[in-house]
Amino acid sequence: MASSPKIIVIGGGLAGLSAVIKIAEMGGHVDLFSIVPVKRSHSVCAQGGINAAKNLKGEGDSTWKHFDDTIYGGDFLANQPPVKAMCEAAPGIIDLLDRMGVPFNRTPEGLLDFRRFGGTLYNRTAFAGATTGQQLLYALDEQVRRYESEGKVKKYEHWEFLSAVLDSNKICRGICAMDLRSMEVRTFPADAIIIATGGNGAIFGKSTNSVVCTGSAQSALYQQGCFYGNGEFIQVHPTCIPGEDKLRLMSESARGEGGRVWVPKTPGDNRDPLSIPQSERWYFLEEWYPKYGNLVPRDIATRAIFKVVFEHNLGIDGKPMVYLDLTHIDPKILDRKLEGILEIYEKFVGDDPRKVPMKIFPGMHYTMGGLWIDFNQATNIPGIYAAGECEYQYHGANRLGANSLVSCIFGGFVAGPAAVQYARNLQTAPGNGHFDAERKHQEENNSMLMKSDGKENPFRLWQEFGELMTANCTVIRYNNKLKETDSKLCEMLERFRHINLNDRTQWANTSVVFTRQLYNMLQLGRVIAQGAAMRNESRGAHYKPDFPERDDKNWLKTTKAYFAPDADEPKFEFEAVDISLIPPRPRKYDAVK
Amino acid sequence: MANTKTVILKIKRQDNPNAKSHWEEFELAWHPGMNVISSMMEIARNPVTRDGKATTPITYDSNCLEEVCGSCAMLINGRARMACSALIDKLEQPIRLEPFTKFPVIRDLAVDRSVLFENLKTVKAWVPIDGTYDLGSGPRISPEEQEAAYPLSRCISCCCCMEACPQFNDDTGFVGAATISQVRLFNTHPTGAALKRERLAALIGDGGIQECGYAQNCVEVCPKDIPLTQSISEVGGEVIRQAVGDLFRK
Repeated sequence: MASSPKIIVIGGGLAGLSAVIKIAEMGGHVDLFSIVPVKRSHSVCAQGGINAAKNLKGEGDSTWKHFDDTIYGGDFLANQPPVKAMCEAAPGIIDLLDRMGVPFNRTPEGLLDFRRFGGTLYNRTAFAGATTGQQLLYALDEQVRRYESEGKVKKYEHWEFLSAVLDSNKICRGICAMDLRSMEVRTFPADAIIIATGGNGAIFGKSTNSVVCTGSAQSALYQQGCFYGNGEFIQVHPTCIPGEDKLRLMSESARGEGGRVWVPKTPGDNRDPLSIPQSERWYFLEEWYPKYGNLVPRDIATRAIFKVVFEHNLGIDGKPMVYLDLTHIDPKILDRKLEGILEIYEKFVGDDPRKVPMKIFPGMHYTMGGLWIDFNQATNIPGIYAAGECEYQYHGANRLGANSLVSCIFGGFVAGPAAVQYARNLQTAPGNGHFDAERKHQEENNSMLMKSDGKENPFRLWQEFGELMTANCTVIRYNNKLKETDSKLCEMLERFRHINLNDRTQWANTSVVFTRQLYNMLQLGRVIAQGAAMRNESRGAHYKPDFPERDDKNWLKTTKAYFAPDADEPKFEFEAVDISLIPPRPRKYDAVK
Repeated sequence: MANTKTVILKIKRQDNPNAKSHWEEFELAWHPGMNVISSMMEIARNPVTRDGKATTPITYDSNCLEEVCGSCAMLINGRARMACSALIDKLEQPIRLEPFTKFPVIRDLAVDRSVLFENLKTVKAWVPIDGTYDLGSGPRISPEEQEAAYPLSRCISCCCCMEACPQFNDDTGFVGAATISQVRLFNTHPTGAALKRERLAALIGDGGIQECGYAQNCVEVCPKDIPLTQSISEVGGEVIRQAVGDLFRK
């Protein structure tokens, strides 16, 4: 239809900005929506690096090996062709970022330096200190600012996506969004939309995710008819710093640069860690996984830490914590390669990790599941595309460290052109009655919340919800607990009807905004809990002691949840995984694969 | 047995950009590991002032809570800094929280800092690449050059340096240290240098680099320890050289 397609991109992290740049370059026009100024998106939190098999260390690395590591690391749940395409594109993506000015660490010759990360035996991770995500996001943000100054991109920052506008044929014709300052609800037409709204850490209360990572947009679309894939796959990162407001990530790169995980061998040993002799320390990852050592994939390391703390009772001071030790490494090297994360530990804990072993514990970190998409990043609703952590495509049952940044950028680079292509072939929209109807529907939701006169404080309800999800839907899962969780979620959805906002003003009202997100989080929580209950096997991050083995015969399948509006609950169907390139084999990190 | 230790917060509140501001005081039970953000989260869970009056949760900007997104800048005990890394145990009580004074207040502690992003457009703070198609690797860069660029590239656009600067105000229209430091970053990049003349030209004249009064507050408050004064003196020298050179070429 349109010679200059108009695309709406929602979310300004790496995936969203990658899509924006491709669309602008193809001559399309973009309206870019973001809750926060895009430069403040959650991608800044990515620390350790970005994977690409450039083989600059003479190790014989290849994109096929990157592909194989990713599929194996994901326990064969990912569809293989898109993962292969991503791994093949990765070296070119690194080159592009390099040309955009990302200050990647360098070798003496002036080439890109690479380090090791979990789940691989190769130095495949390019990095900019320990703030790689920040540096990548800034590079893309700068290119988008350039397009913005040329009038090809219009930003709507401090706006929140509420819903898609669907016509009578269930084709997406635009979005409904809310100005987070004036609280105005408005609709915006577009030929296609791209969702790039990140993960859903807030469903677990405290996580390593940023405040905006609620999964609210994905949940809204799921409730409007989008499939949600593999919702039960949630990554718990083994090394986080427990905190009052959030769990702060301690990057895998700390282990990539030689950091060692240990506990004192004797329960209750409360000596100063530096005074504990080597012979009285238990480097359990190195003992259990001699080949990969401290760099086993995250699900493996997380379960090992749980075992040491809860079965062997060897947590430091009897608390759920283990040591992550960098004190044996030259502080100058640490500063050059890890400064950003050392600074986080120093600032938020108050100890210098160059001198004192860090105390860490696993925490919710990454959403492997997400909106179901095809190999062109298209959801099942025509005109809605998705890229980045909000979709399910690239990481299977467990994501490898430093693969998220590459999947975000690759996903955006596929979604942008796919949306433009779709828009160019689009038939004209019939009427615009759907815009008014959607706006009124959302305004009614707001006024219902404003009027609601119950006793439930939304922030307290959220805390309870997060604790429930963390206790039952993360590292170790039991069917009775999962079913109990789902019925408690139903109770919480009922309690939600008796919410009390405390704030009824019509200006920058963060309570209304958060409460809307909370509703969507609760709905998505049910997808996670029910999906986990159904999957009677253990695969990647999904672990059930009652079903400890992977079961390819019954469960080598993508979980697809869809919302049944009449029943107000998720329904499920399952889809075969595309395993056309690498036949599944047992995943065992205690031996060479 | 009851732990009686408490935390007192005095928070400056303002309902909207045109409303008058007022103070509210909160008293929270102390526990280990509190910071300013976690305290405001607690207030949201129980929005009651110290004297028992029901109130609204505090409006403030926040996102990463790791001091890398730049959102939660505010005045804490009078100092421009990030709220997430402001640990309660290290602050003198009562803890005073106020919005930045040099940016329009949206509500409570949230202010409009979009001026910085506009400034970054004016100075073309980007590397002008030909396109995103595959053009091979970037220019070779020595570890020394990378180590010089990386600290500048860690600017989180929090605007603390601008809030603290005595010259950053409506009278001067000064762009502030953050923007100048970005000019230095892009001018030293081999490809970014293509726009060097335009960037320096944007810093000449009213509101430009000459407005700097060398108070050095910027470098003092920068949460990322960016060598801002060094950037200002380096870029300042180049601006002068370019201006003088242009004068003689005319």
